[in-house]
Amino acid sequence: MDVSQYLEIFIDESKEHLQSLNEELLVLEKEPENKDTINEIFRAAHSLKGMAGTMGYKRMQNLTHNMENVFSEIRNDKMKVTANLVDILFQCLDALETYVTNIQTEGAEGEEDNERIIEQLNEFLNSQSGAQAATEKPVEEAKETKEEANTEEAVKVEMKFADFEKHAIAEAVAKGMKVYTVKVIVDPNCILKAARAFLVFKAIEPIGEIIKSTPSAQDIEDERFDFDFDLCIISNESYDKVKKAILSVSEIKDAVGGEFKEAEVVKEETVEANTTSVEVKKETKETSVSTEPAKKGNATQKQGKPVVNRSVRVDIEKLDVLMNLVSELIIAKNGLVSAGSADNTSKNSQSFNEQIEYLERVTTNLHESVMKVRMTPIESVVNKFPRMIRDLSKKLGKQMELYMTGEDTELDRTVIDEIGDPLMHLLRNSADHGLETAQIRAERGKPEVGSIFLDAYQDGNNVVIEVRDDGNGIDVQKVKNKAIEKGTITAEQAEAMTDKEIVDLLFKPSFSTAEKISDVSGRGVGLDVVKSKIEALGGDVEVKTVYGEGSTFIIRLPLTLAIIQALMIELGDEKYAISLGSIQTIEDIPKSEVKYVHAKEVIHLRDNVIPLIRLRDVLYVTGEAPEEETLTVVIVKKGDKQAGLVVDKLIGQMEIVIKSLGKYIKLNKIISGATILGDGEVALIIDANTLV
Amino acid sequence: MEDNKFLLEDKESIDLQYIVIGIGNEQYGINIKYIDNIVRMQKITRVPMAQEYFKGVINLRGEIIPVMSIRRKLELDDDVITNKTRIIIAKVDNASIGFVVDEVKEVVTLDANSIERVATAEAASEITHCITSIGKKNGELISLLDLNLVAGEKEVS
Repeated sequence: MDVSQYLEIFIDESKEHLQSLNEELLVLEKEPENKDTINEIFRAAHSLKGMAGTMGYKRMQNLTHNMENVFSEIRNDKMKVTANLVDILFQCLDALETYVTNIQTEGAEGEEDNERIIEQLNEFLNSQSGAQAATEKPVEEAKETKEEANTEEAVKVEMKFADFEKHAIAEAVAKGMKVYTVKVIVDPNCILKAARAFLVFKAIEPIGEIIKSTPSAQDIEDERFDFDFDLCIISNESYDKVKKAILSVSEIKDAVGGEFKEAEVVKEETVEANTTSVEVKKETKETSVSTEPAKKGNATQKQGKPVVNRSVRVDIEKLDVLMNLVSELIIAKNGLVSAGSADNTSKNSQSFNEQIEYLERVTTNLHESVMKVRMTPIESVVNKFPRMIRDLSKKLGKQMELYMTGEDTELDRTVIDEIGDPLMHLLRNSADHGLETAQIRAERGKPEVGSIFLDAYQDGNNVVIEVRDDGNGIDVQKVKNKAIEKGTITAEQAEAMTDKEIVDLLFKPSFSTAEKISDVSGRGVGLDVVKSKIEALGGDVEVKTVYGEGSTFIIRLPLTLAIIQALMIELGDEKYAISLGSIQTIEDIPKSEVKYVHAKEVIHLRDNVIPLIRLRDVLYVTGEAPEEETLTVVIVKKGDKQAGLVVDKLIGQMEIVIKSLGKYIKLNKIISGATILGDGEVALIIDANTLV
Repeated sequence: MEDNKFLLEDKESIDLQYIVIGIGNEQYGINIKYIDNIVRMQKITRVPMAQEYFKGVINLRGEIIPVMSIRRKLELDDDVITNKTRIIIAKVDNASIGFVVDEVKEVVTLDANSIERVATAEAASEITHCITSIGKKNGELISLLDLNLVAGEKEVS
């Protein structure tokens, strides 16, 4: 079978399953008795095995199969979750990830059989089930009694109904039809459970109507159920006949249930319009006291199933094309705007302008929508970190806990793809250099377990991601000494530098203060890579630290990449754009108010001393600045710093499309790109952040 | 379009087809496989602090293309813009780049025998660095420019 067309889906879904396995295992490590988690893990492992099998990846299938065996034992209470087991399971996941990566890069799963892991798993299976043999018995017995209970016809099948379903039941009862709830039990050896279930549905169809099934019909179709599912049927026929119809399907082990006694209750409830759903739940719970608690657990778990998002997977390239088209549209619109303002004399100018404004609204909305489509929650990147911290914690022998907030903060897809590595670097840094050993922590009166925080939130046009730890903080003196030793700065320079400037040295290439190079970090390729990567994304990173108390790395990223609102300015006959995001205010400053501090021009504005930057000089614009009484100053800010950019003239606000200048021109950091104006001219974009 | 007339030529000989451009009194050839377009001189937006031989960037149908002066790159006198000045848009290494030339003369097909490789001496000047071979046509010599070398940075030893 040619499965290549499914490869992409397979890779995506495998990664999803592996991710959820990782997350659930972490939960399991903390709460070894959590049934929901075990079930979730089992399901994911099972799907993974099925997918690998279908795609013909035998080694992967084999490994997941062995893993599934272990989970199945755990699920049946025949085995206990131990720290050792979790370790091996994590190794399993890593091995599986390697398979998937191999498949993605080379198209084949590779030669590694991971026999050792499988052996270990099996060892666990054998030793554990032996040790548990004693406890196994009562469980088995309990199971038997459970089964006995199941065979009794009196068993009530617990189901929850939505309003419309209740309505249907009430109607059926009113018509004198019978309502049955049936638990259909499929033979555990059955291979095509979904197909059997389908046949059951088919068998019931001629004699009655299925108004509800748990799990939902869709889930049953997708084989997302264990070995039983509940049906609610309305029919004119007797219960026996319905049961017979169900049992006529082969590989159906049993069907238990009976008339739905609560039908009347439900009817009453529907009549009573005021009944809140909470009360309804209570009612059903009360009426089904006879149901064994195990089943209840089952039911709640089924309820807890997340609502599946209605979404489509779209190739990022297709979105790029869409984005480019929107960009073109905006350029075309800008062209119309400038053409429109050029001849205001024509009679139609008013209606022309109205249409332009209309077009402007549409393009802006269109742009926003396309951007939103490209936005992905940061979750997809950060959700692998808890696992990483766990491993680091073991490796470094330090106890630590990662706390994350704002995982739902959204960023452009291209940024999401790139931000993973820098964040990982920072987290590793915090874990390795930041957090102290338990001893020192105790001496300092800190809790034994170190904390690392990862907070993401939106701030205006930026998304901020903070990596914070309550560890050692940065030792400024040490950094200073190291910098002098390495020759990065001279001793005299060091004296003149502020603490903040010293700390910023950490972002210089090949600068690592870790005394010993560890496996985790400290190869001197850390922070400068982080900085350059983030700057390449149009963002910046800064660090705040208090020695002995911890440090915070703050990453600031632009929300959008391709299209921004900008202020157009003129210098001589050249036009430049400044992103509106970094602009605070625009001021007219009389020349007399320009003061000098350290031979540099500053202005005093609302109690702030703001340095002036003559853009003409910075950008080597030829010609003389116009002689005027006042300076037009654009106040820009970055973090808590400000600067005033002196420009010749303001043109106005405009939506601009950012284009790259290609790889041949060597760019100064001040120019972050270019854009095409309405009249076809090219204007360069000034990155004000680099000037502050 | 000025560039369309070149497209009808035989594909097989394309490797040996050169556009002959004039810079000063000399003739230079650029392999046609690089050429994307030839446009008239237009307004070039200066890019501050770029390499000295880049005149700036232009907008070519929504694309922003850096434009280099071959004269400046080859360390000749600066361009004098005339009616004949053209910008040759080339695709080198998958990126577009424009070259300002004094004039575009013709397209010639050189057979392999009439191309002579020239050895590039160590520490050669920029102009010899970029010329890898000389073509002969009707008794005239055409210096063939290697656009990869023209576009790229000269390695500083």
